[in-house]
Amino acid sequence: MAAVIPQMSAHEARQATPVRLLWPTWAVIGVFLLLPVLIMAVYSFLTKEFRGGVIWEFSTAAYDQFFVTRGLFGDEPAQIEWTYISIFWRSVWQAGAATIICLIVGFPAAWFIATRPEKSRGVWLFLITIPYWVNLLIRTISLKFVIRDNGPLNEALMAMGVIDAPLSLVNTDFAVLLGLFYSYLPFMVLPIYAAVERYNFSLSEAAADLYASRWVTLREIVLPIVRPGIVAGCILVFVPSLGAFLAPDLLGGAKTFMIGSLIEEQFKGTQGNWPFGAAVAMILMSLVMIALLFYARAQTKRGGA
Amino acid sequence: MSIAIDIDRVSKRFGDFIALNDVSLTIGDNEFFTLLGPSGCGKTTLLRMIAGFESTSDGAIRLFGQDIAALEPNLRPVNTVFQQYALFPHMSVTDNVAFGLKMKGMDLATRRKRAGEMLEMVHLSAFAGRMPAQLSGGQQQRVALARALAPAPKVLLLDEPLSALDLKLRQAMRVELKTLQEETGITFIFVTHDQEEALTMSDRIAVMSAGRVQQIGTSREIYEAPQNRFVADFIGETNLVDVTVTAVSGAVAQVILPGGQKISCAAPGAVAGQRPLSIRPERLGFVAGVGDLSVTVERVIYLGTDLQVITRLDGGGIVNVRLQNAARVTVPEPGARVGLKIEEGAARLLAD
Repeated sequence: MAAVIPQMSAHEARQATPVRLLWPTWAVIGVFLLLPVLIMAVYSFLTKEFRGGVIWEFSTAAYDQFFVTRGLFGDEPAQIEWTYISIFWRSVWQAGAATIICLIVGFPAAWFIATRPEKSRGVWLFLITIPYWVNLLIRTISLKFVIRDNGPLNEALMAMGVIDAPLSLVNTDFAVLLGLFYSYLPFMVLPIYAAVERYNFSLSEAAADLYASRWVTLREIVLPIVRPGIVAGCILVFVPSLGAFLAPDLLGGAKTFMIGSLIEEQFKGTQGNWPFGAAVAMILMSLVMIALLFYARAQTKRGGA
Repeated sequence: MSIAIDIDRVSKRFGDFIALNDVSLTIGDNEFFTLLGPSGCGKTTLLRMIAGFESTSDGAIRLFGQDIAALEPNLRPVNTVFQQYALFPHMSVTDNVAFGLKMKGMDLATRRKRAGEMLEMVHLSAFAGRMPAQLSGGQQQRVALARALAPAPKVLLLDEPLSALDLKLRQAMRVELKTLQEETGITFIFVTHDQEEALTMSDRIAVMSAGRVQQIGTSREIYEAPQNRFVADFIGETNLVDVTVTAVSGAVAQVILPGGQKISCAAPGAVAGQRPLSIRPERLGFVAGVGDLSVTVERVIYLGTDLQVITRLDGGGIVNVRLQNAARVTVPEPGARVGLKIEEGAARLLAD
């Protein structure tokens, strides 16, 4: 190597080396990210086969089914189909609520860990991740056992005299929220922890020195500076919550039908509709992308000001 | 002179470690007061106690007569220039300087105007719109200074503010800081481990070591009349020669030098027996004949403005002599046996 490098001019080295060295990265991105999305996009524009699968024939029927209704027999004037949009809306709402709860619990937790002595931080982080050594399915089912009518939560509350009769928690929005919160909390804690750990605490002292109270210091100094961590945490919780399947399916009732379950149904058994499932997934992905693009643009503007 | 800060028998313990041990001192209004000492001597801890970032284990701190122990940092009328500046990275220079004013409830127009004046004072008006990361170390330092001065505090605390700057800038800032202090009339409490910094700027200096105040005085007093071995050794260069005390009357002692010569010197009260005598290298001169001390020249070091002559005392021990590098100076050759004359009143007996 030593013999080769000096022959290359500095300019060449800058130009050529990165591109050549980056190809494994591009290969991974291409095969595992772009290709699957491309397949999904293509499938969403195909015609459904009644026993599952697709017929290779171009069709926009899947998108049409999502947005437009023409009555029960398909002979009425086209109207907006609200069924799926309302499922989307409910999913967004649920995912948003789960994100906020994760933030409210996760931020103090991350702050607590980041302010421990350096030696014990690893232990705290380890404790946060311990539940995630168990399979998500088993954890979600276990949660159902914990909150069911004669489960430990209700029995404990009754023993303490807080309630007289068991609360019906299973198959409610609350149960789904709890499931989402429990599933994704570490994704909130870890990025915020990383941001808070880098935070220079003498900035808080400087703010206090300049007459800022604790709350004002949090609002004016701490939050703006650790915001990238908070945003990363929110994205990491919100996006998977939006398409979550296990928690709504196992903990929610028929009322809490969410996008994840809708997509899953399209690929299950012989009643499925692959193009429709692919279309729903594409619409979901587009929504998330648009939201992130808007955020990124707002960030650039703010940075430039 | 009214008293700005009264440190009254203050101690601070961190577990078993005693950071401050029964420290008492008073700092006058409009004074440039320096806490000087090696790292770990407790000077920064004391400063942080005044700012409110550390609590006292014992004793009281009074600010213009008011005990401030119970006050949160944000309620104390003191501002701090932090060692690493601690500028808010997400705010422009102007917003940084105006932050304290905003917190005090000043309206936008007034605080912008005041921030502008402050930036003018530290010669940074052209950088008002920049972010801290776009400034050099020296400029950041000035922003930190302007930010701390903007709310017009009664007392300004400076925690080694010059230590991150290069030598040239540091020397320029010393003069600037002193001028600023005189112009604003604010009490400055300056923490440093750099004795030159302390000597050039301070009205008074408290030399600290191992959690205790070793000596308080003006630059001249600290340098010329050190009371103990630590102060004599820490401030500037000195020669410590063991002497035998024969008589003490008031602040003057009669001592016998190692060569048997008897001289009188300043003494810190009643002392007896073997004591160290401190003689600054520049207060020694070569003489023909015996002089006060008989030495052998070992080495001559050229220092530009000065010459350092290392000599060995008869009976052991090194004595440094510093001569100004003037045209007329005659320097003895290495190996020569010569006599040293101690300048009148320059020798000082130490307590330990």
